[in-house]
Amino acid sequence: MNTRQLEITVGAFMAAGLVALFFLAMQVSNLANITTSEGYEVSARFDNIGGLKVRSPVSMAGVRIGRVVNIGYDQKSYEAVVTMLLEPDYNQIPEDTIAKIYTSGLLGEQYIGLDPGGSLENLQQGSEIMITQSALVLEEIVGQFLFSKAEENAASQE
Amino acid sequence: MLDVLASFGRKGLEAFERLGRGHLLFLQILAGITSLLPRPGLLVAQLHSIGVRTITIIVVSGLFVGMVLSLQGYYVLSQFAAEDSLGVMVAASLVRELGPVVTALLFAGRAGSALTAEIGLMKATEQLSGLEMMAVDPVRRILTPRFFAGFISMPLLAALFSAVGVIGGYFVGVGLLGVDEGAFWSQMQAKIDWDGDVINGVIKSLVFGVICTWIALFQGYDTLPTSTGVSRSTTRTVVHSALAVLVLDFVLTALMFGD
Repeated sequence: MNTRQLEITVGAFMAAGLVALFFLAMQVSNLANITTSEGYEVSARFDNIGGLKVRSPVSMAGVRIGRVVNIGYDQKSYEAVVTMLLEPDYNQIPEDTIAKIYTSGLLGEQYIGLDPGGSLENLQQGSEIMITQSALVLEEIVGQFLFSKAEENAASQE
Repeated sequence: MLDVLASFGRKGLEAFERLGRGHLLFLQILAGITSLLPRPGLLVAQLHSIGVRTITIIVVSGLFVGMVLSLQGYYVLSQFAAEDSLGVMVAASLVRELGPVVTALLFAGRAGSALTAEIGLMKATEQLSGLEMMAVDPVRRILTPRFFAGFISMPLLAALFSAVGVIGGYFVGVGLLGVDEGAFWSQMQAKIDWDGDVINGVIKSLVFGVICTWIALFQGYDTLPTSTGVSRSTTRTVVHSALAVLVLDFVLTALMFGD
């Protein structure tokens, strides 16, 4: 095998390896979906964020419009502070929008859903969403259910 | 009694001595990069014999490993009605573990043993001493290009393995078992991280590339110059590489995904 053929096969090998890496990047992992960190940040306070994580999606009407970039904890108000990065294209979101934490599917991932309000002012960089609804925690719901059952029983016995 | 103790101690000292020689050789090989850079032709020739010739076994095994993962994963996931996560399972296990590890094991068997046998025979037939007689440093001329060829080849081979494996898993999962195509890819893309999963896999395979090539080169260079010596070194290359890869894989996994 002469030098030229050798170089061609080695070149093809390296190209194939890089194509495989590219395939892993674009098709297998989520590199293609990561938007650049452009956009504007909006924060919201929740009593309980459940299983929300950094990079969880933020969606409106089911369409993904951003992601969670930071989750903090406010020691004074005992609330979780969630910072979201919304894509710059979606800049017509009313100021009194409601942020709720939903679960996709029964046991799926948690995400933030935004329900638009009616204000004429729009959310901007640094603004805070005032109305929020916490994540549903299964234990609390079961606890409430048992509590109300017990109350019913006590009432019927009287 | 004392004889037993003495032979025990001698074995220990020999092992340490060999370890020291191995590390010195490693430094010498790395230092040889200065004379490799002006002569990339040496590297290309080694990339061919180490990398290109290993592609076949890597692609075929990757394909079948991905297909089997898909079959087995479907069996378990379908019991929880979670077939849609099949893509995540196949891709995560390939990219994080099986890609780097199985590639390294195959590499040790296919390329590492060949390296040891080649260099061992060079030593046995006194070609290495011949080079030295001509004032050519055999480490720089013979070992360094092979080392860097292995170092470059391994991550590329591991990436090929993972990519082909995912495609094999796709054929079995979507084509044969009827998993929804959209869910297969979208769940995979949602759950597999570029820097968390893919890059960590690449780092693993870089480490394995260094270890496997180093062991192969050292065993060849340090062999007894007889036919038994060469055969023993070749065996040792495969065994030591496999052990080192598996142990290091545990350590690296604990460091990377441990939190």
